[in-house]
Amino acid sequence: MTIQDWLKQSIADAERRGRPELKPLLEGLAQSTQALRAAALGGRADGPTHD
Amino acid sequence: MVPRTIDDAGRLLRAKKVSAGELLEECLARIRRDNARLNAFILVLEDEARAAAKRADWERANGIDRGPLHGIPLSIKDLFDLKGTVTTAASRVREGIVADQDSPAVAQLRRSGAVLVGKTNLHEFALGTTNEDSAFGPARHPQDDSRSPGGSSGGSAVSVATGMALASLGTDTGGSIRIPAAACGLVGLKPGHGELSAEGVVPLSRTLDHIGPITSCVDDAWHILHVLRDRRPESPLTSAATATMRLGLPRRYFMDLLEDGVRASFDAAVDRLRAVGVTISDVDIPHAELIAPIYVHIVFGDAAAYHAEALERVPEQYTPNVRARLDMARYVLAEDYVRALDGRRVLRREVDAALRHVDALVLPTLPIVAPPLGAPTVSLGGGDVPVRNVMLRLTQLFNITGNPAISLPCGVASGGLPCGLQVATRHGETDRLLQIARTIERTMQ
Repeated sequence: MTIQDWLKQSIADAERRGRPELKPLLEGLAQSTQALRAAALGGRADGPTHD
Repeated sequence: MVPRTIDDAGRLLRAKKVSAGELLEECLARIRRDNARLNAFILVLEDEARAAAKRADWERANGIDRGPLHGIPLSIKDLFDLKGTVTTAASRVREGIVADQDSPAVAQLRRSGAVLVGKTNLHEFALGTTNEDSAFGPARHPQDDSRSPGGSSGGSAVSVATGMALASLGTDTGGSIRIPAAACGLVGLKPGHGELSAEGVVPLSRTLDHIGPITSCVDDAWHILHVLRDRRPESPLTSAATATMRLGLPRRYFMDLLEDGVRASFDAAVDRLRAVGVTISDVDIPHAELIAPIYVHIVFGDAAAYHAEALERVPEQYTPNVRARLDMARYVLAEDYVRALDGRRVLRREVDAALRHVDALVLPTLPIVAPPLGAPTVSLGGGDVPVRNVMLRLTQLFNITGNPAISLPCGVASGGLPCGLQVATRHGETDRLLQIARTIERTMQ
């Protein structure tokens, strides 16, 4: 799932649960997740096997 | 007067110049005088503490010496189980949940003859750095009660800074011992990950949680560490030699965002250490900018699992800010949690590499002084920065990597408020950390 899709779905879910105030927190988390994914610190199925 | 340190109190007790009962009564008098204003304690155990002090005095009179904590008044963060009391975690969620046994750390303190004065206030479930979000109201800074004492072990730090107790037992998941220690001008020790048992302690993140003492000096932290290890040290704590001491300063990222007064105090400390012969060289943590993203995904992933059921069942029992952060935590994806664990391995390797040619890393503990209560942001580096992010910025790395780390008083900055200097060593070198910390402490006195 892309971060954009995750954020959209998460905000919609929070609103459905009556928790719209989570939106700014989820947006902050999305930025953090973006940085984590962009760093690509772990392995990947189409990459080399070494850590 | 309450002696400031455990060592001082121990000397007076052994010389029979003061009794454990008298020490305790002085602490209780301070609690009666200051606790309504500072809100350090959630529960004061007057009767139990009096009984423990009486027992300590009887034992001493009968030739029984349980060691350096015998008869010493200590406080405990209200995240630890104490048999027969509610472990509140500063939350209404845990109302009525009475501990049926002591946590191992508390049991160890009792066996050492310590007098447990009471349970201290904290940021609800330890999920915060300011102590503002507590079902019992905020703990307040002893020098300025409009400010936070830091957190999450804020009440613990206040109790020690004001002499309501001679030391306190806290927990540290991202800096929760070191941050309030720095904000209140105290020593805060986070030993290595897993070095001390966190059993019987309400968890925030079992992956990152540590327990440790907040004290007035390094020697006191040494005493408590060894009691918690259930091992008497082979020799008293000695200072490390300055002429052969090599410290690494991770300048990039860690020195980028500091309040001017904090930077000036830290630079002055570094200058003093160099003047007495310590070698200080720059080191680098290549992925330092990923510390916060890695931390956030681990701590929130772990916290979400622990709180999921209570969030469904009694959401209104949480304070609003903590509830919102925990609700948000439940959206962390498993794949991103695993990415954070991968990042943890990377940071661990990088900290190991930075420590390869030096004895310890040295850096500030807190980029700012104690912030005003209720302030969501502070002005720093030309912009407004969230208080929570900035307070965790320099400490959370060593929770991720598990290295032993300590915060020491490092002079004062704006408004005469204290700031802290942090030292971290290799895995398994907590004793060495305390030797180095003792040297630094004495150099700065």
